[in-house]
Amino acid sequence: MRSVTWGRKASRRRFNRMPAAPMYGRLPIVKMLLVTIALTVVISAVMVPINWNGQGASTAAPKIDHLLNVMIVLSAFVFSLVMVMLFYALWKFKAKPGDESDGEPIHGNTRLEIAWTLIPTVIVLFAGGYSWKVLDDIEEPNSKHLTVSVFSQQYAWSFAYPGKEYAWSEGELHVPVDRQVQFKMHAMDVIHSFWVPEWRIKKDNVPGITTTAIVTPDKEGTYQLVCTELCGFGHATMRATVVVESPAEFNEWVEGLDQKLPEPFMDVLKEESVTDPPALDAGGA
Amino acid sequence: MPEGHNGGELMAAAIKRPGWWRGLFGAVAFGAFGFGLVIALRAISDLPLYQTEQTGYPHIIVPAVTAPLGFLWGFGCFDYWLRWAAGMPTIPDDHSQHGAKSWKDYFKFNTDHKVIGVQYVVTTFIFFFLGGLMAMLIRAELAQPGTQIVEASTYNSLFSTHAVLMIFVFVIPVFAGLANYVLPLMIGAPDMAFPRLNALSFWMLPIAGVLFIGSFLCPGGAFDAGWTGYAPLSTGAPLGQSFFNLGVQFAGASSIATALNFLVTIITMRAPGMTFWRMPLLVWANLSTSLLVVAATPFIAGVQFMVLFDRALHTNFFQFAGGGDVISYQHIFWFYSHPAVYIMMLPGFGIISEVISTHARKPIFGYRLMALALIGIVVLSYSVWAHHMFVAGMFSWLRVPMMITTLLIAVPTGIKIFSWLGTLYFGKIHTYSTSMLFALAFIVTFTIGGISGVMLGMVPIDIHVSDTYFIVAHIHFVLFGGSVFTIFAGVYHWFPKMTGRMYDEKLGRVHFWGTLVGTWGTFVPMHWVGMDGMPRRVADYSAQFGDWNLLISAFAFLLGAVQLVFLYNMVVSWRFGPKADANPWRANSIEWQVSSPPPIFNFDEIPRVVGGPYEFGIPGAKHAIMAGEGAEVPAGEKSVVGTGS
Repeated sequence: MRSVTWGRKASRRRFNRMPAAPMYGRLPIVKMLLVTIALTVVISAVMVPINWNGQGASTAAPKIDHLLNVMIVLSAFVFSLVMVMLFYALWKFKAKPGDESDGEPIHGNTRLEIAWTLIPTVIVLFAGGYSWKVLDDIEEPNSKHLTVSVFSQQYAWSFAYPGKEYAWSEGELHVPVDRQVQFKMHAMDVIHSFWVPEWRIKKDNVPGITTTAIVTPDKEGTYQLVCTELCGFGHATMRATVVVESPAEFNEWVEGLDQKLPEPFMDVLKEESVTDPPALDAGGA
Repeated sequence: MPEGHNGGELMAAAIKRPGWWRGLFGAVAFGAFGFGLVIALRAISDLPLYQTEQTGYPHIIVPAVTAPLGFLWGFGCFDYWLRWAAGMPTIPDDHSQHGAKSWKDYFKFNTDHKVIGVQYVVTTFIFFFLGGLMAMLIRAELAQPGTQIVEASTYNSLFSTHAVLMIFVFVIPVFAGLANYVLPLMIGAPDMAFPRLNALSFWMLPIAGVLFIGSFLCPGGAFDAGWTGYAPLSTGAPLGQSFFNLGVQFAGASSIATALNFLVTIITMRAPGMTFWRMPLLVWANLSTSLLVVAATPFIAGVQFMVLFDRALHTNFFQFAGGGDVISYQHIFWFYSHPAVYIMMLPGFGIISEVISTHARKPIFGYRLMALALIGIVVLSYSVWAHHMFVAGMFSWLRVPMMITTLLIAVPTGIKIFSWLGTLYFGKIHTYSTSMLFALAFIVTFTIGGISGVMLGMVPIDIHVSDTYFIVAHIHFVLFGGSVFTIFAGVYHWFPKMTGRMYDEKLGRVHFWGTLVGTWGTFVPMHWVGMDGMPRRVADYSAQFGDWNLLISAFAFLLGAVQLVFLYNMVVSWRFGPKADANPWRANSIEWQVSSPPPIFNFDEIPRVVGGPYEFGIPGAKHAIMAGEGAEVPAGEKSVVGTGS
């Protein structure tokens, strides 16, 4: 670490009264960096193995969880840096009792200021680029997908299977494992939000428009669909059961549905206006 | 009043004078007029006199607008302007009511910025404690899964009102109050640019608070669609929602008028020599905040009117069945409400700069970049609003650009953090003052809030944690661990100046450590339960989150209880504390060069500014030359406004 001169304005007339610029080299930069890195390693070693988002059950889950882990390491570094800088200063530059003198009149350091503008810019742009890539990955449409219509109303979920002549299921969603599902969502009254934590996928259901969510479940099991947009007094209990099962079991279950989509729901479906289109032209997010 | 007059004449005289009696009369008269107007118009139109469908109640909504205006008229907020507009002789202001001689003077229409500052801070803290009480109820209900204390719809009202009180009548205006007191002093001005507008701004604020809290009396209970009031939940909600729509108008008008006042004051009323590059960073911070307020706040005012019109006049702004667009509510709302989080943070940045520089005895590190970072945040903050809507079903291609700008806004924020840390280096750090403890803890806590903010800015992570307790954790880390810590730092820092008394540092320390532990204990585990699947705004939750929520509630009660120590310290110290010196912290800025509290007109003679505000450690350096000490100006330093430095 080469030393840089503090007090960039020392040459200016205004600060001619200043004492000679103190040297950056007086700080144990290398030791501070080593402690920062050590702290980063410790925090990351504790935090990365923890499965913060809970069980994952879709192809998107490991990608999002991995992105989160990358962010945890980056954040641990930033946090450690701030902590080391703060506590070193508090330890080293704390005034002795009764000391009423002032600190050194250092007004800044251009190179340092440029560094802590540019380095964070690079870090966040990296985070942005990586997020963009993950986003494109998890939303990549697949031509062999299954379409399921989702209907939400205060305070219940129901589901229709267009491929099966709009067979209708109330409060229970079944999907086959390892096949992409595109949910076409409709809200009947107010905004609701569709979230299956294990899938890591969430999308609002908005009255008047059709919204879309794409997910590929990859673990069989029973999960819970949670409403995450405040929708009234029953919001907390607006749940549905989600069953991910083998294609054979799924087909059998859909065949067994004896209700067809009721009239008011069918009307909403027919009037559907997709105002959540793909990119203006191909290639966008 | 001469003796022997009967009660009726006394009353008549009281009603002629601006004040509480005429205010009460105005509220009743204007309210009755509004009520009568609605009934009369409905009678003429052959409609049922009272429309009491869920969203209707015009006979209550209209008086809820006219009665507050009547109060403001009666209280005397418009007297000078009305006389002037009507061509009547105005009553020249002899400034006899300047200053506050007893506590009663704080209950009058007063144009003294220092009185208004105190009015603001005390009023907003009353709302802080009311909002805090609601938080305690919320945490009591959430301590266990299931429903124990309040039913679900009351619970929704509680968290909605909690947020609205804290945001609209605590955090935003308390900063306006602190700045009202110290900013004119800091720039060497005798008062704000528009003192009457300033007083009007303040008196609109309690009206907003009363409307918000008064909504609990409405049929159907207080507004319960969250502070965000998303349509169409809000357009179909019971009457209480209309009180939210109206309260926001008064709080917003108050906010906008104050921001205009700050802008004009800062731009035109700086003392000679106070160039832009010599302004303390608190002044820069309020300049930036005011720029945000004047341009952004009209959007929330507008969108709440649109909701009110949808409710009361059956317009179709957000009614999908009538061709309205549901999502446009969110765009307009967040176009205000994202800048609003900076409205709630930038003044705090200013406070932290003052406190850290003073108690580290060091010039601010990279002062100009600090000021430019504030401006950078102002500009960027207008381009990030849709990060609140990544899962809202808006145009999906809007997500990536909004993500990039959101992440970039971390850069100027990071500059501020690093510059505060740089300020500490080679300083003489004093931690005896509670304000400095809060400032240092702010750096740590706000860094966490910033990090979780960057994570939320990343679309794939946001998709998972949006509308979960992770969001609750994040906003409390930035608004409580951020804004409220800076508010405490500011209140402790300027308490001696505002009251002329010292507070008790021991109690301050108890308050600080309790608040720090309470904040972390309450809000850190919220991140975890949110990521693990607990949605926000729920009165009930699945049993797996029970233990964590019990822990969160326990820390929340600690956090609530320790605020009573603060209350006690402030009240008792204000009354009985030892007298404060003019400059107990040995600070440089101008407000500390006058007595505590300052003279009624601030300065006998306007000070001359001859240097930067943080010239610690430079022998002989001075920020300003006060009356009677003008002789020793170094040659070549007699700069005037506009010459730069």
